Amino acid sequence: MQTKSIFLLIGGALGLFVLGLLVPEWLSYLMIIAMGKGIVVLGVVLLMRAGLVSFGQGLYYCIGAYVAGTLTQFAGISDVLLILLASIAASVLVAALVGLLLCRYRGIFFAMFSMAFSMILYGLLVRSSVLGSTDGFNVLRPSLLGWVPTDDASSDLVLAVAVVMVMILGSLMWLYLRSLSGYAGEAVRENEIRVEYLGTSVFRIIYTKYLIAAALAGIGGTVTALVSGHVDPEMAYWTTSGEFVFIALMGGTSHVAAPMVGAGLFELLRTYAFAIAPYTWQMILGSTLLLIIIFLPSGLWSLVSRFSRQARG
Amino acid sequence: MSALLETRNLERSFGAVTAAVDINVSINAGEVVGVIGSNGAGKTTFINMVTGYLKPSAGEILVDGRSIVGLQPRAVVRAGVGRSFQVAQLFPELSVLDNVLVALGLSVDRKLTLLRPLHSQKRRRKALEILAEYEIAGHADEVVATLPQGVRKLLDIAMAMLSSPRLMLLDEPTSGVAIEDKFALMETVMNRVRKSNAATLFVEHDMDVVQRYADRVLAFYDGRILADGTTAKVLSDPKVQELVVGHHLDIEVDSADAYESTVVPMEVRNA
Repeated sequence: MQTKSIFLLIGGALGLFVLGLLVPEWLSYLMIIAMGKGIVVLGVVLLMRAGLVSFGQGLYYCIGAYVAGTLTQFAGISDVLLILLASIAASVLVAALVGLLLCRYRGIFFAMFSMAFSMILYGLLVRSSVLGSTDGFNVLRPSLLGWVPTDDASSDLVLAVAVVMVMILGSLMWLYLRSLSGYAGEAVRENEIRVEYLGTSVFRIIYTKYLIAAALAGIGGTVTALVSGHVDPEMAYWTTSGEFVFIALMGGTSHVAAPMVGAGLFELLRTYAFAIAPYTWQMILGSTLLLIIIFLPSGLWSLVSRFSRQARG
Repeated sequence: MSALLETRNLERSFGAVTAAVDINVSINAGEVVGVIGSNGAGKTTFINMVTGYLKPSAGEILVDGRSIVGLQPRAVVRAGVGRSFQVAQLFPELSVLDNVLVALGLSVDRKLTLLRPLHSQKRRRKALEILAEYEIAGHADEVVATLPQGVRKLLDIAMAMLSSPRLMLLDEPTSGVAIEDKFALMETVMNRVRKSNAATLFVEHDMDVVQRYADRVLAFYDGRILADGTTAKVLSDPKVQELVVGHHLDIEVDSADAYESTVVPMEVRNA
């Protein structure tokens, strides 16, 4: 990565963090939620670029969130770095098993199977009284390397973690999509037969991407749990997974920033739609998605791409 | 010395339909073999079995004396067998250059690098050299979906050849290519094949192409090998001309090199 890009990245992270500190608390909260979901959608986009639509990323989002919850609530571990590592490990472990079956399927079967696994977790959590059943349970304040923040500083810590995660994961994904592994996903989407006849396992390519997407969803779930201070089984419900696909379609799949932009606008849109029309806010969301699909089939980021192309002449 | 490719009593059925039966073939290193036969004769089924796309119902396939039956296509490729397709198998939304870069990475490097950019100077140079060898470097930046058929075919073959196969199977390399471009395409391909010293099997309907490039011909009829021998002998065989070619070919044959056709096209017994 060039020095200029690194400076831009650090500058962007600082800018985002300062913005999060300056805006009203509700907006800062929305920013963090959007960043958490944006990280999950990075994984959804990764799979989409390989031709797979997952309606089950809620599974790993929920696992990440519940790991954060159980560690702070039941194990007395509040260090945010440990929580993140544990969330990644748990998500990847489950994905390693589920992926063995799932990554053999394509199209609607992949979508439905992924949703089925997520709904199995939902069913288990709903029936688990130890984990609060349908109500879920609260997540305690996180700490960082022995520093236990006050109530006010706690949300700033989560904001900082979210910003750092977005920047690090976004950069890694940016590099990944330009690598052979990144292109291999597109190759699989376009022609699995040729990939196999180049001597490479299609399954291995998809499986790797599935694990990465699971890790991202786990991190996103952890960020969301830490900022909201609560987890519940709804995080594994199919509508949550559908939301991630919605955001991916809204933002587009052509750039790593697209999921973040999509997630930000989605959260804002939902908040305002709910405030304006509390009983029909879903109609506003649906209409928006419809308009985007009709007029911007490559997502909102295609506007940015178009303008930057025009600016370059 | 064992043959590079040997098939023994190879057979493939699809339900009640037998697409290939009793296929016994032996190919040595460096041979160029034309595979002829009408549609449905079993040519592509044979190639699909040898390249792991179809599992034989019965029989054995040996590459360098090692059985490859039941191996996945990628394992067959690693065993030294490459193939191109009747319909070129490419990555249509990527550019020609990106197709080769991806193919280089997947078939030569074989390490799915996570963060190293695909577009390094060194790799680009190598990819452009490969495209130049196949005389399609001028299309490097074009998206594959927009290419003419001949260029797609060349790209398909170029990508298949990257793994340096010792046996290359070309399924109808000139199909869909304009008549005036067929020989130019075959010339480019055969130059590359000869340089690599790979044994080559190519399925072809154009007998002029077969006569010019094949040292040996396998004629398929009704799922069996009707004739196997030097190009001149097989193409001059009346049975081959009647059942496979469909018309008479004027070919001079060296009488010292005779062979027997192995299939009786129709036989009435106990009538």
